[in-house]
Amino acid sequence: MSSKNTILKAVHASSAKRVPIEHPEIPSFEIKNNNLLDTFKKNLAIAGAEWYEVSDVTEAKTIMAKKLPDAKIICSATKEWQGNKDLTKIHLPRELDDVDLGVIRAEFGVAEMGMVWLTDESLKINSLGFLSQHLAILLDPESITENMHTAYKKIDLNKHPYGNFMMGPSATADIGATLVHGAQGARTVTIFFLKR
Amino acid sequence: MRKKVDIVHNAAEFIAQDNIHETQHDKNLWNSRMKRDKVASEIPEWENLRDLASQIKEHTLSHLEQYLTQFAENAEKNGIIVHWAADGNEHNQIVLDIFQKNNVKRIIKSKSMLQEECGMTPFLETNGIDVLETDLGERIQQLSGERPSHIVVPAIHKTTQDVAELFAKNIGTDPNNDSPSDLTEAMRQNARPKFLEADAGMTGANFAIANTGTFVVCTNEGNADLTASIPRLHIASIGIEKILPTSDDLAVFIRLLSRSALGMAATQYTSHFTGPRKGCEMHIILVDNGRTKRLANDTFWPSLKCIRCGACMNTCPVYRRSGGLAYGATYSGPIGIVIDPTFDENKYSELPFHSSLCGSCSEICPVHINLAEQILEWRKVMIKHKQVPKIRTSLFHVADSVLGSPKIFRAAEKVAYYGLKYTPNALVYWNKINAYGQFHKMPDIQKETFNDWYLKHKKK
Repeated sequence: MSSKNTILKAVHASSAKRVPIEHPEIPSFEIKNNNLLDTFKKNLAIAGAEWYEVSDVTEAKTIMAKKLPDAKIICSATKEWQGNKDLTKIHLPRELDDVDLGVIRAEFGVAEMGMVWLTDESLKINSLGFLSQHLAILLDPESITENMHTAYKKIDLNKHPYGNFMMGPSATADIGATLVHGAQGARTVTIFFLKR
Repeated sequence: MRKKVDIVHNAAEFIAQDNIHETQHDKNLWNSRMKRDKVASEIPEWENLRDLASQIKEHTLSHLEQYLTQFAENAEKNGIIVHWAADGNEHNQIVLDIFQKNNVKRIIKSKSMLQEECGMTPFLETNGIDVLETDLGERIQQLSGERPSHIVVPAIHKTTQDVAELFAKNIGTDPNNDSPSDLTEAMRQNARPKFLEADAGMTGANFAIANTGTFVVCTNEGNADLTASIPRLHIASIGIEKILPTSDDLAVFIRLLSRSALGMAATQYTSHFTGPRKGCEMHIILVDNGRTKRLANDTFWPSLKCIRCGACMNTCPVYRRSGGLAYGATYSGPIGIVIDPTFDENKYSELPFHSSLCGSCSEICPVHINLAEQILEWRKVMIKHKQVPKIRTSLFHVADSVLGSPKIFRAAEKVAYYGLKYTPNALVYWNKINAYGQFHKMPDIQKETFNDWYLKHKKK
């Protein structure tokens, strides 16, 4: 008998011994008069990301240039922000290793967590989100959902081979339980609130 | 038969090495526990979420055949190649076969307790495959030649100075610089080229969603995403108990996992893999390795609800002072005590006695596993199966007769008073017969017992 059959048979036998437990109804736990943008901003800061409200991409670019004066290679997965490394000419994910600033437009934000939803469509090449030294993420301030329950209602996981709730810069506390940003992925994450 | 783990001896060694390690370890883990309490208190529905999580897990485990089948079918539909492994050896062989077929020489991997459980890394290394742990804590443990001491923070038993010395020896950093940010940066620089050159990436999974065929990996470093987004081949090892019916269920667990673990809202990255990247290959190995045996056990099956958050370890007064390596097993702390003996009852027979049974683990577990009760149940099993030293069984018999009879108990109180008074200290504190006396002063036993006092005052 294959391992698949052995496992399924054993699992079946165990289930038969137990009282079947009903699947519970899961409420969405929404709060009345929750200011989603304010909650999102607060939680974003806790996760170690920064945010700016901007009226156009030029303003966002100016802010980033001030924050990262040494950033030379900018690679953007968005139409609105042109970088200087063309994503369409990339053949292998590792070619994004020299990117100083990656630019992405997020699908939506989750207020409860301060996280944004990115897919392979928003990243174009997935490694852009992780090999880039720094990230600038554009987010429509109208596209913020309240919590994880409402967030998963918005997503069809089968639509994308890859999706990521990103909450901030790469972090670790593995040495001496001290929080350090920039473990393996992006060192900083800056969110720009900009209408789509 | 493998040697029995002497957890008391191991813990004593951890405590006695200096006056820094145990104190730091205790403090750091208790901090996580306090952060967890703070964030939990900010969510009005927290207890509601725990109840839901427990019920979802119990529902899924009691319908596991249906959900496992559904998950595998959907993953296959998404273009993922699904394998099934009855045990660690089969799992490791499947991995090696895939690597040999694809001419893989170097791999990068993110943290997976299951791969740890299967002893995968040493197996692959023996077969000529270069394995790089990409999680910082796991990398520290890999360089030390030690297993992880905690399921979330694998190197928490080490001080910054320990890591500074380790990195100095292995990657050429300054042994006198123990700044966590400098050490983290040094490892980032060291690991980056290896990410780029790897032939394959491996991850575990925190959750697997039956109705979409998705698996979910939670990390703070983004190392799982680097692992999955650079090489063209990705293999994920998934324990059969990781299944959840839908992403609506997942929402409950994402809200609980990192808050319970480290007091953070979520991990920095919650990554969803539903299929391979274009032109790439993705494999899933669904692993049993003792899980069906546990599922069939009427007493211990609830341990399969575990989501590996580590909250029970952070809160356990015994774990915090012993260090995770003392358990000599893949899993340590309260959940380790419950899981490890299912792999080897004799080797881990002393673990259930390394607990104060204070119940803090049961109180904090986000999925309501009755950990303290299960630890007690394991003690019963060990005594019944004669896995404990004879002296302990005899002492329990003595305790039973003394505590069970008021007459004998009263006589024993007097004996204790005169006994301690007239026995030479060298004998009282001789560690062969009194392990307690190694680290503690014996209590002063009063000549007047409570019963004497009570009878005297009752008359007044």
